[in-house]
Amino acid sequence: MTLLAIDWILVLEKLILIAVIIFASLGIALYTTFAERKVAGILQDRPGPNRAGPFGLLQPFADGLKLIMKEEIIPNTSNKWLFILGPGLAMTAALMTCAVVPWGDKVELFGRTISLQIADINVGILYVFAVVSLGVYGIMIGGWASNNKFSLLAALRGASQAISYELAMGLSLIALLMTTGTLQLGEIVKQQQAPGHLWNIVYQPLGFLIFLVCAFAECNRAPFDLPEAENELNFGYHQEYSSMKLGFYLFSEYINMFISSAIMATLFFGGYDVPFLDESKLAPNMAAIIGIVALLVKVVIFIFFFMWVRWTIPRFRYDQLMNLGWKKMIPLALANMLITGAVVLYLHK
Amino acid sequence: MNATQIVFWFLSALALVSALMVLLSKNPVHSVLWLITVFFAISGHYILLNAQFLAIVNLIVYAGAIMVLFLFVIMLMNLNKQTEPQKNAWLKMAGAISGGCLLMILISLVKQANEITTKTARMKDGDIGLIGNLGKALFHDYVVPFEISSVLFLSAMVGAVVIGKKD
Repeated sequence: MTLLAIDWILVLEKLILIAVIIFASLGIALYTTFAERKVAGILQDRPGPNRAGPFGLLQPFADGLKLIMKEEIIPNTSNKWLFILGPGLAMTAALMTCAVVPWGDKVELFGRTISLQIADINVGILYVFAVVSLGVYGIMIGGWASNNKFSLLAALRGASQAISYELAMGLSLIALLMTTGTLQLGEIVKQQQAPGHLWNIVYQPLGFLIFLVCAFAECNRAPFDLPEAENELNFGYHQEYSSMKLGFYLFSEYINMFISSAIMATLFFGGYDVPFLDESKLAPNMAAIIGIVALLVKVVIFIFFFMWVRWTIPRFRYDQLMNLGWKKMIPLALANMLITGAVVLYLHK
Repeated sequence: MNATQIVFWFLSALALVSALMVLLSKNPVHSVLWLITVFFAISGHYILLNAQFLAIVNLIVYAGAIMVLFLFVIMLMNLNKQTEPQKNAWLKMAGAISGGCLLMILISLVKQANEITTKTARMKDGDIGLIGNLGKALFHDYVVPFEISSVLFLSAMVGAVVIGKKD
């Protein structure tokens, strides 16, 4: 089946894969909001949401329904198009990263071998980095278009925070690239899976720590949630938003958290690799399913860590945030890069 | 028309229309957003030429960093209101004529240039734009110019810090 010299079955296969991954991301993000409230409840010694459905499991749907049913308010003095564009951009940038994450190895269906990664491009890490740097626009445009001073201040804070921590994140990734020698995420996972090779966390512990801190800052999560510091900025860059547009902003934060957990698991914790298990001895479909479950388990652990930190550590002050970013994280990342470079050079000689 | 050509024409049209909108939109923030669209379209062209590294770096540096800076400046200067002074009609006409002349010269040059007309872009099999080949070229064949340009960047950075420190 070829028209215009395109393999349409491949296109269909990829479209289905994209749809599945996006809906799965949305579903997981939906339940992350629920988990956040439950974890907060446990950490604060109270039951958390327990009314809707058994154990409160229907709570996220109730929340979503509430958001959709609320009245859409677009402020009179706002810039209408950009006001609507803002949440859309935030959501798009949050979802775009999932294209390069290897969610599992290959599965065999209907005689075709389907890779569980949408696109294994050979600049995978740089793609992630590009999408992260585009994530700023959702916040900036939303905050500016609201025509509200608090929103604008929060948007500027958010953007400068994202830019500051992007640098350290990029430098920590360069050190990782020196050890792996490839930018392809699929290849990075394969390397970690290979017998005799440990997960990258062993070779890059400092790099992982820097990446983790920067991921917190990029997701605007506590203790770096300054763009939404209620007691200084009322509510943050989404103050003027209501209904599902607000929902998009809140939701994109959870998707960001999910995707950055998946990226961290892929880069440093072996992706879909199960430790002490030789996947090549299993049937390919079985191995793929075990791999997906392994990746999801790692992601869930990271998401729990995100929440644990949020409900444990108080928020930074703005100057502390900038100090940490520019005067501690970047020099540390540079030192890590130099040491890694020296060791790699020494081992090759 | 094959698929590559369809994508090429679509991206070209997108790039040209967005570039026009950069000039035509009254609101500077809109201009910045249209410029970001232009960069995306150009990155699409790079991907068609199999220059993936260039495409992604174009997005990171221009769409991701420089345009954020533009947005920052425009938002802080509050150019929202139409504060741009109205230029008179003669000045506009002179601008249009001189710009049109430049465009004509460029087009005629491109049409005459033998180097361009005899060479065609390699769409799928060209692999010089892949990151491994590009890195080898940069660090083997062009290592001295590369290092000199990085020293240039470093001095620019130091200069910016010095200017920023001066009160």
